Amino acid sequence: MPNYQFSHLDQLEAEAIFVLRETAAQFENPALLFSGGKDSIVMAWLARKAFWPARMPFPLVHVDTGHNFPETMAYRDEFVSLMGARLIVGSVQESIDSGRAVEEKGAAASRNKLQTVTLLDTIEQYQYDACLGGGRRDEEKARAKERFFSHRDDFGQWDPKNQRPELWNLFNGRRNPGEHFRIFPLSNFTEMDVWMYLQRENIPLPAIYFAHHREVFERNGMLLAVTEFLKPQSHESARSKLVRFRTIGDATCTGAVESSASTLDEVIAEVAAARQTERGTRSDDKRSETAMEDRKKEGYF
Amino acid sequence: MDLLRFTTAGSVDDGKSTLIGRLLYDSKSIFEDQLEAMEESSRRRGDGNVNLALLTDGLKAEREQGITIDVAYRYFATPKRKFIIADTPGHIQYTRNMVTGASTANLAIILIDARKGVIEQTKRHCFVANLLRIQHLVVAVNKMDLVGFSEDVYNDIVEAFREFVSRLDNIVEITFIPISALNGDNIVDKSTNMPWHSGPTLLYHLENVYVAGEENHVEARFPVQWVVRPMSDEWHDFRGYAGRVAGGVFKPGDAVTVLPSGFTSRIKAIHSPSGEVSEAFAPQSVCLTLTDEIDISRGDMLVKANNPPQVGQDIEAMICWFSARPMPPRAKLILRHTTQEVKAVVQHVRYHVDINTLHKIEGVEGFAMNDIGRISLRAAVPLFYDSYCRNRQTGSFILIDPGTNETVAAGMIV
Repeated sequence: MPNYQFSHLDQLEAEAIFVLRETAAQFENPALLFSGGKDSIVMAWLARKAFWPARMPFPLVHVDTGHNFPETMAYRDEFVSLMGARLIVGSVQESIDSGRAVEEKGAAASRNKLQTVTLLDTIEQYQYDACLGGGRRDEEKARAKERFFSHRDDFGQWDPKNQRPELWNLFNGRRNPGEHFRIFPLSNFTEMDVWMYLQRENIPLPAIYFAHHREVFERNGMLLAVTEFLKPQSHESARSKLVRFRTIGDATCTGAVESSASTLDEVIAEVAAARQTERGTRSDDKRSETAMEDRKKEGYF
Repeated sequence: MDLLRFTTAGSVDDGKSTLIGRLLYDSKSIFEDQLEAMEESSRRRGDGNVNLALLTDGLKAEREQGITIDVAYRYFATPKRKFIIADTPGHIQYTRNMVTGASTANLAIILIDARKGVIEQTKRHCFVANLLRIQHLVVAVNKMDLVGFSEDVYNDIVEAFREFVSRLDNIVEITFIPISALNGDNIVDKSTNMPWHSGPTLLYHLENVYVAGEENHVEARFPVQWVVRPMSDEWHDFRGYAGRVAGGVFKPGDAVTVLPSGFTSRIKAIHSPSGEVSEAFAPQSVCLTLTDEIDISRGDMLVKANNPPQVGQDIEAMICWFSARPMPPRAKLILRHTTQEVKAVVQHVRYHVDINTLHKIEGVEGFAMNDIGRISLRAAVPLFYDSYCRNRQTGSFILIDPGTNETVAAGMIV
């Protein structure tokens, strides 16, 4: 009897590819939400495999806050061309300029919230009936109940009280005009699985995921980078530190962690260690706090 | 590292949340910030120890807010295995959640409160596990600390359970473990309070139980999901059939029959996510090319001539009704089976099953939420199917209300 065993990464990959193909088959106009972060990178990578040697039958949609690390934008354009995909950019700046969204004020202002306006406008403009997202169920409690095929009403809202049961491999994407679906092929990946898959597939990552020297300052227990969009206030002092980012998002609210991990192996070792932090050790306060922040942001879409 | 998907059924009273919390805690799958929040809540509530049940607190908040209680998925890993828990509430009104959680599980943990023994709820969980063809059961007799770690109490429960479960024929393996989820007895480490227990601890069993070989690797089934046509210069003539193997093994050179057309061809190549491969088996997602150009589209199935599936429009099945709106007599619904979606009408309701007593109730019409029973269906076009006992993928379907687009029932072909 041959051995038909199949590693956990193989199983997650097969499941995600099945979901991506099901999305293409059940919807007329799907799109893949691409933030340039590791989860959406893995999702796009899987999408290319799912339809190879054809191109993926949907565009990558980037909701651009305008507050980006330059490395992220360079990476985005390079990755999109590597994937042979089309890129659609929804601009938060344009939403602000046209009065659809209002910029927050104060030192803690961020465009994090405004992205929803731009996202929903982009969905409406291009009439997407399905948006693939990189959300994972291990991110937080509410996400633990999210479906692979998650229904959104006319206003783009999620109704957790009225979700469709999902059994076996059978996904129900039937919808009325104006409704759309958010689809999460990586639902069963954990953060560690994503890193292990990146490593196994040797997928190029934005440089800011690895340790580098950067001007940072501390705010609310987070290490924030000094950029043209975000400066320290008078009582905060900036210093150069060896840091990396655990997730990639809006430059004004994505925290860095102090780290010397400069390769994927080192990053994975660090992530594994972070999981095993025993209670009571205080060394990792900052890291877990940004971890939580990261989670919320990643689950944002 | 491989993957084990299991479901836990039980109510809060049985210590289910505590058990899950304990597994996550002892496998170090809890982040520091989560733990701190839990400690803080425990302190506020005046609990002596960290209350592990608070980890699955989402459910409690749901109840407070009156949100429907739902399946939650949780994750942990040890160096040996990755685990996906489908955490389902066990009360009678949540039968549909138990069915949903069980549909993708290889193993079910049935929790029994040592003080109460085998109760109706235990039987219900076993019935659902058996119906959904979960072959491995772990019966965790919990709260042993509250019965003085008594071997006699435990043995009585084991005996009562064995007697009941002998009527359920899909279950091939049952492992009994006396535990105390609260104190960690026999969860990760062997309990010093129960030296009489010679079996494994819960985590050891979950890490080592053999669950491979549950896929059907004999009867070849490949439901076509998507046709890959690059239409590029480089791949001008490429026409691939993408899908997930639902049964059997496919190799280049194999003769295959296409259903429903009946055309035959040979497999030219198999493209997997990591390149060309020499075989494909369930549950791999691959893309096949054939030596002949034939008309094949989504919903078709590639099979082998020596062990074809059943083909027909009339189906006998067990269903569980999910919708709050009852099923009317002769309901017209949409049936989704593998990659096919067809209209179907419910011809007869044969009987309902009382899931507490396993008795058949005949002379019934329609279905209300959480009802389980047997029906006959007629589909608008022939389906290519197997009985659910032979193949979980080609033997299962869902029913969709064409008016609301809701998934209203899950079905297992008899």
